[in-house]
Amino acid sequence: MPSPRPRTLFEKVWDAHLVEPEAEDRPAVLYVDLHLIHEVTSPQAFTALAERGLKVRRPDKTFATLDHSTPTLPTGADGKRPYVSEEAESQVHRLEQNCRDNGIDLQGWGSAHRGIVHVMAPELGLTQPGMVVVCGDSHTATHGAFGALAFGIGTSEVGHVLATQCLLQRRPKTLRVTVDGTLAPGVGGKDLALAIIAELGIGGGTGSVVEYAGEAIRALDMEARMTVCNMSIELGARAGMIAPDEKTMAWLRGRPRAPQGEAFEKAAERWSALASDSGVTFDREIRLDAATIKPMATWGTTPDTGIAIDANVPQAQSRARDYMRFDAGQAIAGAPVDVVFIGSCTNGRISDLRAAASVMRGRKVKSGVRALIVPGSEQVRREAEAEGLHEVFLAAGAEWRLPGCSMCIAMNGDLVAPGQLAVSTSNRNFEGRQGPGARTVLASPATAAASAIAGAIADPRPYLEARRG
Amino acid sequence: MAEPFQILTSRTVVLADENIDTDQIIPARFLTTTAREGLGKLAFHDWRYDADGRDNPACVLNRIAPSAHRILVAGRNFGCGSSREHAPWALTDFGFRAVVSTGIADIFTSNALKNGLLPVVVDHATWDALAAHPGGSATIDLEACELRFGNHVAAFKVEPFARRCLLDGVDTLGWLAGRIPQIETYERRMS
Repeated sequence: MPSPRPRTLFEKVWDAHLVEPEAEDRPAVLYVDLHLIHEVTSPQAFTALAERGLKVRRPDKTFATLDHSTPTLPTGADGKRPYVSEEAESQVHRLEQNCRDNGIDLQGWGSAHRGIVHVMAPELGLTQPGMVVVCGDSHTATHGAFGALAFGIGTSEVGHVLATQCLLQRRPKTLRVTVDGTLAPGVGGKDLALAIIAELGIGGGTGSVVEYAGEAIRALDMEARMTVCNMSIELGARAGMIAPDEKTMAWLRGRPRAPQGEAFEKAAERWSALASDSGVTFDREIRLDAATIKPMATWGTTPDTGIAIDANVPQAQSRARDYMRFDAGQAIAGAPVDVVFIGSCTNGRISDLRAAASVMRGRKVKSGVRALIVPGSEQVRREAEAEGLHEVFLAAGAEWRLPGCSMCIAMNGDLVAPGQLAVSTSNRNFEGRQGPGARTVLASPATAAASAIAGAIADPRPYLEARRG
Repeated sequence: MAEPFQILTSRTVVLADENIDTDQIIPARFLTTTAREGLGKLAFHDWRYDADGRDNPACVLNRIAPSAHRILVAGRNFGCGSSREHAPWALTDFGFRAVVSTGIADIFTSNALKNGLLPVVVDHATWDALAAHPGGSATIDLEACELRFGNHVAAFKVEPFARRCLLDGVDTLGWLAGRIPQIETYERRMS
């Protein structure tokens, strides 16, 4: 018998989910194992189903949370949640109602697990290797860190999945990003993600599913892997994936929604076989050397404008440089900072908060700088508070908020004022992303924390070294 | 369900910037709506209006009659960023029926096709020639998959299933809902 054709991680997951393969005149019908929904991109989909008399077909494979429109300040003295608007509140109520009407599990207010959808699902063990995971949110690629095929969809497609548990999809191309070597101390997953995006460009992954591989990827912990996969969309990629390994299994073992006991060990065996076979070919390959990567910060208004923290802003005039009000060739380090935001589906996990706290411990946020720290989920908040991280932040003069997307997308009232410069651990620095006229510099939690202390864009390494010394 | 798209002849509007992201097309603070209608007034909001809500006269979108300019000619990598379908909802409600660029982001393409907004990807020479005459007339023929303007004829590709749906003015949800027996068979096989 001839040996089967070697397949990539992506192909193995894709092939296993084909209800019907694609043909010349129509895409594949692809089955979805896990559909995550939130308040912003789902209401019109529920309306579309109701208009046609369709029902949610598999509420057992659908999970909801509240994250985008939710306030991060607690209930006021009047007993009311401080929503930014009545419309935001009514959007949240709409999801609560849609979940009640359709029997969908909602991690809502009062749930011990409510959080940003891409933080919540992995920590519950909902996200598992080999799954197809979708959500009406472009950062769904986060779940690819577990070897799932996970991608963002629009609201029409949210309706498709609610009604049929399937999507019509053309098979994407494959792109392998291999990162050799070892990241230096003080350089983390976010810096690596920004370096990869700078290398490939904002549209460099369009039409492709990326597999991240190599020694430096294997060395990342699961949370840093999620950070790297999370930003795949900033390449324009459909998804990002990392082969499951012992770290994946260790992270998932015992999570409430993961298989338990014997069933877990059986699943783990299956998951271990998902890695790309030797001898596979990708449509495209690039390689990076981890040792050359330094802490990164973006100078422009697209996520591919990351440069090393000790580098200079480009000389060439551009709309982006004008918007950011950087001078030609100025050092990016030292630029004055108004706001620091630490949180989001990119960097709102416990390891991110630990990294920020390790810089801020015993230090003070520079006078005049507003530092907002927003845990990615209730579970992250509990863990951080159990470790006393919130006390580190509060003692430094930072704000410690309730979980949510907050200032990453700035639709809940947490925003950067016009013209202010924010160093943000989020994923997008588009014009006005964090509020009209806001100027955003993307960086790691350690760099953001160092910038809060310095009152200017700062290299975190001296702060971390002082700690070690 | 969108009206059928077969042939469109209209004037162009040129927004030549590259990487126009969905936060520009409709800023996130307007996404608290639970409706999909009436978003045209918010399309490119922060380009069209100043902080006090006054028209920005420098923005070309404030100087045209949308009903006569239904073809948006935009720089490379249009629609990058978030998955919000509010972006094509806002563009179609404003009046656009087609976007012509040298590259259009994946999720935006998928969303646009489901809303009667045709994404047309052309080569750089064609784009340069089209963008050189803002407000000029162009014809987009979906049956022939041709973009015609002046003495130019450029072929473009559209995913065949989405093209069929656009030509017929039907959407994919109905088709997919008709595959339930196959989906049930798959579920039995995998359980």
